[in-house]
Amino acid sequence: MLVLLILHLVAAVVAPLLVRRWGPRACYLLALVPASAFGWALVRTPEVAHGGAVVETYPWISELGLDLALRMTTLSWLMTLLVGGVGALVLGYSARYFPPDALGNSRYAGVMVAFAGAMLGLVLADDLLLLYVCWELTTVFSYLLIGHSSERRSSRWAAAQALTVTTLGGLAMLIGFLMLGHHAGTYRWSELGQQPLPGGAYLVVAVLLILLGALSKSAVLPFTSWLPVAMAAPTPVSAYLHAAAMVKAGVYLLGLLTPVLAVVGPWRPVVVIAGLATMLVGGWAALRQTDLKLLLAHGTVSQLGLLTVVVGVGTADAALAGAAMLLAHALFKAALFLVVGVIDHGAGTRDLRALSGLRRTAPVLTGVAVLAAASMAGLPPLLGFVAKEAVFAAFADQPLVLAVLVAGTVLTVAYSIRFVWGAFADRSGAVATDLGRIAPSLLIPPALLAVVGLVTGPAAGALDHLLRPYPELFGAVGQHLALWHGLTPALGLSVLALAGGTALFALRGPLAPAVARLRWPVTGQRGYEWITHRFDRVAVDVTSVTQRGSLPQYLGLILIVLAAVPGGAVFLIRPWEQSLDLWATPAQPVVLLVVCVAALLAVGASRRLTAMLLVGMTGYGTAMLFVLYGAPDLALTQFLVETMTIAIFVLVLRRLPERFSMRPLRRSRWIRRTIGTIVGTTVAALAVGAAAARQARSISEEFPHLAVEQGHGRNVVNVTLVDIRAWDTLGEAAVLVAAATGVASLIFHQSRTGPRPRRREIAEDAEPAGREVWLRGGATLHERQRSIVLEVVTRLISHTAVLFSLYLLFSGHNAPGGGFAGGLVASLALTMRYLAGGRYELVEAAPIGAGTVLGAGLLLAVGSAVVSLVVGGTVLESTTVDLWLPLIGHFYLVTSLFFDVGVYLVVIGLALDVLRSLGAEVDRHIETAGGAGGGLAGRQGEARP
Amino acid sequence: MSAGANLVSFVTIGVLVGCGVTLLLERSLSRVLLGVILIGNGVNLLIVFGGRAGEPPVVGVGDESAMSDALPQAMVLTAIVITFGFTAFLLAISYRSWYLTGDDEVPDDIEDREIVRRAARREVSAADLASEPAVADPQQVDAPAPPREEDRG
Repeated sequence: MLVLLILHLVAAVVAPLLVRRWGPRACYLLALVPASAFGWALVRTPEVAHGGAVVETYPWISELGLDLALRMTTLSWLMTLLVGGVGALVLGYSARYFPPDALGNSRYAGVMVAFAGAMLGLVLADDLLLLYVCWELTTVFSYLLIGHSSERRSSRWAAAQALTVTTLGGLAMLIGFLMLGHHAGTYRWSELGQQPLPGGAYLVVAVLLILLGALSKSAVLPFTSWLPVAMAAPTPVSAYLHAAAMVKAGVYLLGLLTPVLAVVGPWRPVVVIAGLATMLVGGWAALRQTDLKLLLAHGTVSQLGLLTVVVGVGTADAALAGAAMLLAHALFKAALFLVVGVIDHGAGTRDLRALSGLRRTAPVLTGVAVLAAASMAGLPPLLGFVAKEAVFAAFADQPLVLAVLVAGTVLTVAYSIRFVWGAFADRSGAVATDLGRIAPSLLIPPALLAVVGLVTGPAAGALDHLLRPYPELFGAVGQHLALWHGLTPALGLSVLALAGGTALFALRGPLAPAVARLRWPVTGQRGYEWITHRFDRVAVDVTSVTQRGSLPQYLGLILIVLAAVPGGAVFLIRPWEQSLDLWATPAQPVVLLVVCVAALLAVGASRRLTAMLLVGMTGYGTAMLFVLYGAPDLALTQFLVETMTIAIFVLVLRRLPERFSMRPLRRSRWIRRTIGTIVGTTVAALAVGAAAARQARSISEEFPHLAVEQGHGRNVVNVTLVDIRAWDTLGEAAVLVAAATGVASLIFHQSRTGPRPRRREIAEDAEPAGREVWLRGGATLHERQRSIVLEVVTRLISHTAVLFSLYLLFSGHNAPGGGFAGGLVASLALTMRYLAGGRYELVEAAPIGAGTVLGAGLLLAVGSAVVSLVVGGTVLESTTVDLWLPLIGHFYLVTSLFFDVGVYLVVIGLALDVLRSLGAEVDRHIETAGGAGGGLAGRQGEARP
Repeated sequence: MSAGANLVSFVTIGVLVGCGVTLLLERSLSRVLLGVILIGNGVNLLIVFGGRAGEPPVVGVGDESAMSDALPQAMVLTAIVITFGFTAFLLAISYRSWYLTGDDEVPDDIEDREIVRRAARREVSAADLASEPAVADPQQVDAPAPPREEDRG
C-alpha cells in the first residue's frame, strides 16, 4: 500500500514535466497510476471478501505514537476501487478534454495525481491522525483543482469557499479525533471498537466535532453551499472530486466510525435529520437549475444527504444498502458529469435552454447518459435500482424516515428525467446542437462507468457477497442485494417513487412558479457570505484599534506592560527591606554622578551633537565603572566602542539637521517623561531585587580553573568568549555580519561597495612629483578639509595602532584584550586614516572589500568550530599545539585563537563597512549634491518651482 | 559586600534606563538611537553588577577567591559590541530616512493608517472581492459568484 502511495507521489512530481513535454496526452500515462491502485485492490479482493484485512504498518513518528498504519477492509476496498478506477478514467478523459496548449495543464495533471494519492491515503489509513493528514491534503488539492481557471474570479471565489468550509470542518474533526483517541488510548479506527468508550458529555462533544468534519466534507446541511459553487471547477474535476472521491470522504468516515459511534447520543439524530433535510433541499433545488452541471451538483448534494442517512444510521441492513448506494452513486454520477463535460466541450454551453436535438446528433452519448440517469432514478435492472430497493427495505421499520426517503427519491426521479430531457430533447424552434465528432477518449470513460452500473445490477448477488463483511460489523444482516426480491413493500415504494417523479416532471409547467419560489429560507451561500463578511469587518476594526501605526505608541504600550507586570512582581520581592551600602569606593559616586547628570542633560539637549557627546560621556563613565568593578576587558571594549560610536555618529551628523525638530511632540513630552521615570524606577527596583535574589551558587565559580585546564588561557573573560560560551560569540559574529550588510545595503544604491574610487589616477595626478607625502589620499581632499597635523599624526600612529591591535588579539587569551578589543583598535586606526585622508585614503589603507573581510572572519570562526568537530572533539573545543619557530623557539598555540582571529576580522569588517557607507559613500552623495545640500528629498524640493 | 550592589549604582541604572526610555519614545530616529545607547549602558551595568566585584578575572594575577565574576562580563562584552553594530545600523536607517524624506523622523505606518481609514469607512479588507464586479468577467459561464454587499449598517 505504501508503494502505491509513493507511486502517486512520484507521479505527481513528474507529471508537470511529462505534460510539458507531451501535452495533455501524458494523462494517458498518468492514468496508469490510479489504475494500479484499482488493479491492486482487485487482486487483493479474496483477502477482503471473507472479512479479512490487508494491513501494513511502518513506524513514523514514534514519539507521538504515530505510525504509517494502513489497513484495507471491505469499505476501504470499495473506496479504493472507486478512487483508483474513476481516477484512471477521469485522467484518461482529461487527455482530450483540455486544449493541448492551455495554460495550467501541467499543474492540473500534477495536482490531480496528487489528489488521487491523497484520497488513496485517506481511504487506506488506519490511524485517524494519518487519515486527517490525507483529509486536509485532499482539501488543499481540491482548492487548487477548483481554482483551476485562476484568472476567473468565480473560480477563485469557489476554491476559497470550498477551502474555508472544509478546512474549518476538518479542524473541528481533528479536535474530535484527538479527544476520542486520547480517551480511548488509540488512534486506530480498527482498535477503537475493542476499547470501552468513555461516556458522557466528553464523548458527545468529540462525536459532534467529528460529525462537523464529515458533514462539511460531504456538503450536507448546513454546509451544502460550497459544492454547487465549486462547479466552477473543470468538469473532469467535478466528476472525480464531487461525485466519486472527495465528497465521499465524509460518507466514508461515517461508515468507518458508525459501527463504534452510532450508539453515542447525538450521532443518529444529527446524521438522520441533516441527511434527510439535505436530500429534500438538494433534490428540490436541482429541479430549478438550468445549468446541467449545477443540476447534477444539487443532485449530488441530495444523494449525499441520502448516503449520510443510510451509512450513518448504524444498522446492518442500512450499512449494506449504504455500501451499494455508495458504489452506484459514484458510477452514475461520475458518468453523468463526464457526459456534461462532453456536451460543454462540444457545444460550448451547458444551459439546457440552449441545447437541442442532441439525441439525434449524438446518439451514443445519449445512450450513455440515459443508462446513467436511469441508474440514478432507480430503474431496474440497474445498480441504482438494487441499491434503492435495499435502502427502502432497510428503513422498513422507521416509517417517518422512510416517507422522507421516498419523497426524496421522487425528487431524484424528477431531476433525473429533467437532466435527460434538458440535455438531449428537442426544443421547438431551436437549431439542433452539433457536438461534432466525439473523441473516443471522451466517450469511453462515461460509457464504461454506465455499463458497469448496468452489469452490476443483475450481478447484485455477487456484489452482496463481496460487500457483506462490512454490514456484518453491525450484527446479523437480514437482507440481500438482489434485483428481484418478489413483491415486497420496497418494490411498491420504488414504483411509487418512479410514478411520482414522472408526474412531478410532467407537471413542471404548472409547478414552475412553486419550484422557483419555494426555497430554503436562508441559503447556506448567504450565511457563508454573511459570516466571512463579518469576520472581515471585525478583523479590520480590531486591527484599526490595536494597530494605529505609531511606533512611540507601540513602544509606550510595551514599556507600560513592563512596568506593570514585572514591576508589580517587585512588590512581592520587597527590595526596599534589605539594607544597602551607599557606595563601594569613594570614586564610585563621583563617576555615577557624572553619568547621571550627562544622561539627564542628554534628554533635554536640542542639538544633535550635544546630545551625542553627552550620551558618549555616559558611555565613558560606564567604562570607568567597569574599571572600578574589576572588569578591565569590559572597560577596554567600552572605551573603544564609545569612541567608534562618536566617530560614526559625527559622520552622519554632517548631513542631518543641527537640531532636533520639536514639532507637535511638545505636548506629549510629559507623558514620555512619566513613562521614562516609571520604567527607570521599575528597572532600578528590579536590579535591587535581582541582586538579592541569588540562592544557588554561580556556575561562574568554576570558570577560573575551567579556563586554565580546558581553555588553556588565564584571562577568564576571553576564554569564556572563545571557549566556554563560544556558541554565543559565534552567534554574535553572525549578527555583526548581518548588521554590516544592512548598513551597506541601506546606503549604497546599487552594489555593496559602489563605484570603486580610482585612487591611483587621482592620487598620482594630484601628487607633485618627487615630493614625499604623509598620506597618499590626503592630496585628493579639498584644501579646506585638509589638516596636515592630522595627516602627520595619523601617519605616525596608525601602523602602531594596527600592531597594537594584533598584540591585543594574540595576548588576549592570557591578559586583557582579545578579538573584540583588537578588532576595535584596528578599526579606530582605519577610522583615523579615513578622517585624515578621505575616502581614497581608506582604500589605500584597506584595499580589500568589507564583504571579503566579514566573510573571511565568519568562515574562520565557523571553520574552527567545524574542524574541532572533525578531529573528534565537540564543537569549538580548544586544544594546544606545540610549535617551534626559529628565533622565537618553543611556544604553544591554543586553537581557539583561530576563532578569535575570526572575531577580530568580523569587527574590522563591520568598521570597514560602516566607514565605506556612512563615510565614503556619504562623501560622494555630498559631492554629487554640490555641497552640503539636501538628499533626494531636498533636491526634489528644489526642482519644484 | 560587592562594589556593584549598592544604592548609588542602582540609582544610576534607573536614571540611565529612564532617560533612555524617554528618548526612545521620540519620533526622531537619532534620539531613538541615543535612547537605545543609554538603555544599553544601563542594562549592561545591571548585568555586570549582578555578579561579584573584585580583582580582574585573570588567573595568576591576584587571589582567585577575590576575583570578579567573569560570566556577566563575557555576556556584557558581547552586548557592547552588538550595541555598536546596532548603532551603526540605526544610523544608516536615519541617514537613509533623511536622504529620502528630508528628516529622520519615524512616520506612522502607511498600511496601518490605511486600515484605520477603512475601519472608519466601514469597509472590508479583501480587495479581490471589491475591485472587480462579477459581470466584468468575460468568460463567466459558471454560476456567477454572488456579489458582495457593502455593509451600510
